[in-house]
Parts: sequence; structure tokens; C-alpha cells
Amino acid sequence: MLLSGVWLTLQLSSLAIIFGLAVGIVGALCRTSGNRFLGTVSAAYVEAIRNTPFLVQLLFIFFGISSLGPRLDSGQAALLALTINFGAYATEIIRAGVQSIEQSQIEAGMSLGLTRPQIFRLVILKPAIANIYPALTSQMVLLLLLSSVVSQISAKELTYVGNFLRSRSFRDFEVYFTLAIIYVVLALSFKLLAHLCHKRLFKFMRYI
Amino acid sequence: MRDFSHLDIVFALLWAARWTLMLSAVAFICGGVAGFLLMLMRISPIRPLKYISWAYLEIVQGTPLLLQFLLAFLGLSILGSDISPWMSATLALTTFTSAFLGDIWRGSVESIPSGQWEAARALSLNYFQQLGLVILPQAVRRSISPTVGFLAQVIKGTSLASAIGFVELARSATNITNVTFEPAFVYLVTAVVYFGICFPISVASRKLEKT
Repeated sequence: MLLSGVWLTLQLSSLAIIFGLAVGIVGALCRTSGNRFLGTVSAAYVEAIRNTPFLVQLLFIFFGISSLGPRLDSGQAALLALTINFGAYATEIIRAGVQSIEQSQIEAGMSLGLTRPQIFRLVILKPAIANIYPALTSQMVLLLLLSSVVSQISAKELTYVGNFLRSRSFRDFEVYFTLAIIYVVLALSFKLLAHLCHKRLFKFMRYI
Repeated sequence: MRDFSHLDIVFALLWAARWTLMLSAVAFICGGVAGFLLMLMRISPIRPLKYISWAYLEIVQGTPLLLQFLLAFLGLSILGSDISPWMSATLALTTFTSAFLGDIWRGSVESIPSGQWEAARALSLNYFQQLGLVILPQAVRRSISPTVGFLAQVIKGTSLASAIGFVELARSATNITNVTFEPAFVYLVTAVVYFGICFPISVASRKLEKT
């Protein structure tokens, strides 16, 4: 039972990371595009999400949106809320990374005859992500831990399974202690994995 | 049964926010004291203290805050005595705050160049004088901005205390929704109240960073 919870927790977190990174890249692009309107929208999104608790965002999406029209089941609402939340933090982090790239790098890219999308992808985005890698991975760990909150709308991830087991066995301390150990192991192994990937992924940084 | 107008809902939520603020304040102060001790342990030359503090930080930062609330409320009842939601919420949030503040402050102490320690030693100050007179005054300056920024995290964290039945802002939003059946409006107002508390703090943190 706990394993099925772990599985859903990992599924939710990894999907939210993938979608959230996509949101973050688009958001950072809007923010640095120089277009006033897009910049303001992106900034407002980041501030709104970063200054409200995830629980309230989740409840708003699950109950609020369902009451207005489209019905979301708890899994969909959980994924949507986690994506929107992680997207905002990712936008902010990636923006910082993009702004850390010097103008001369972009000019060098232009003089090599790269197209605009190529410049964005190769000259700006890749080194930017290398620069912000530590911030991004620690945000991912926070997301993994944050995903426990979706148990509040009965998405059947690790904490929800824990609550269920507790209500059956009445062994509060044992159940929650086990959960804590599982989360610590997940978080630490993710950190270790991120550390190992760091060297592999960013070999090219030596040449910059 | 009486009806709630939208204005009633807004006032009820604003009034409930006092518990959110109170819980944050208590946890931030207690967590600050504990975080300071953790920081001292972490940078101390005594190995065992260092490792204990390191393990504490990793464990607390590696578990979800929600789980800490549940452990403090339901888990601790194994000790026999009934522990009130207010007590366990404070306990859980203090644990959380102390770990993160301990880490933030350790970072700012370690960012002080080691030449400063050596210079202080050269003046034949003892360890606590080195720390108190030379290192900490410089470290405090660097740590103000991230500490203020973290305060916003604590305030957002209080919302999870709703899971153990502590009636603060998020919990009263749920309670009001159960009566009024207007989740979209109620949660939107709740989000706005949180935003109104946290946004000025975030802005202040950013301003402080530049000075």
C-alpha cells in the first residue's frame, strides 16, 4: 500500500516538474522578452503564486474551479496545482539564470550565424540552466515534499495512504514515523542523483 | 440558519487571519532561538555537535511540513497526554523554522571570509569573542534579507496547521465554504488575504537585499 503511495507521489512530482519547467521556460521568456504586457503578466503570476500558500491554491483549484464549471478529479487538480506552483518558482529561477548570461555571449552567437531559436536554446538556455542548477534541484526537492499536501483533497499519494493506514490501525506514531523515513530517503536520494547528474550534464561548462 | 453576505465572509476571513499571524509570530521567535543554537552547533569545532545539527537539518528539511504537523499532533499522543492543536502546531512549525533559519544563518556565517576569523584570533580574542564581536555582526547584515524572506514561508506554512484542526485562515475558509457553498469566492478571498500579508514581506526582503 505504501508503495502505491510512493509511486503516485513520484508520478505527480515528476510530471509536475516536467510541465512546470515548460511553464517556467515560457514564463522566463515572457519576462525577458522586453514586451511590457507579457512581462507584467508573468511577473503577476510569479508574485501571486509565491505569496499564497499551496494549500489555498490547491483548494481553490479543486473546489473553486469545479464549482464554476469543469469537473476535475483529485488527481488532475493535484497535478494542475503542483504544476502551476512549481511553474512560478521555476519562472523566477530560470529568469535569474537567463539574466546571468552576458550580452556578449548572445552577440557571439549571432556572429556565428545562429538563428534566434538556436541562440535561445544553445547560447542562453543551456548555460542558464547550468548556472541555476543547484537552485532548481532544491526547488524540486521542495516540490516533492509539497506534494504531500494534495492528500488534503484525497489524491491517493504517500501521505494519504499513511492517513488511511493510521485510521485502520490506530498506530499513529509508527505510521507517520515510517512516512517521515520514506520522505527523507526520497529527498536524499534525489539530492544524490542531482549531484551525480550535475557533472555529466554540464561538462560543456568547462569551455565557457 | 442565517445567510452570509459576501461582506460577512470577507470580515470573517480577516478576523481568522489573527490566528495565522499569532502562530507565525510564536513559531518564528521560538524557531529563531532554536535555529541560532543549531547554527552555533553546526559551525562549532566540536565534531559530535556538528553532526547532530547536520542530521537534524537534513531530516527536518527532508520531510514535508504537513507530516511534521501530523507527527506532532497524532504521533505525539503516543506519549499519553493529549496535546492540543495549538501546542502541536507551534511545536511543528518551530521545528520547521529552526531547521531552515539554522541553515540560512550558517550560510551567512560561512560566507564571512576566513581571514576575519584569523584576524580576530591574531588579536588574541577567544572563540566566543571572535564569534560575537567579529563574525556575527557581519553575518547578521548578510542574513537579514533571506531571514525576512523566510518569514513569508512560515506564514504560508501555517496554512497546513489546518490539517490538524487548528482553526486559522485556511481552516476557517474551509469551514465557511461548508456553510456557504461558494468555494471559488471564499478561497479567492483567502488567497488575497495571504497575499496581502506575504507580498509586503517579500518586497521588503528584496529591498533589503539591495542595501
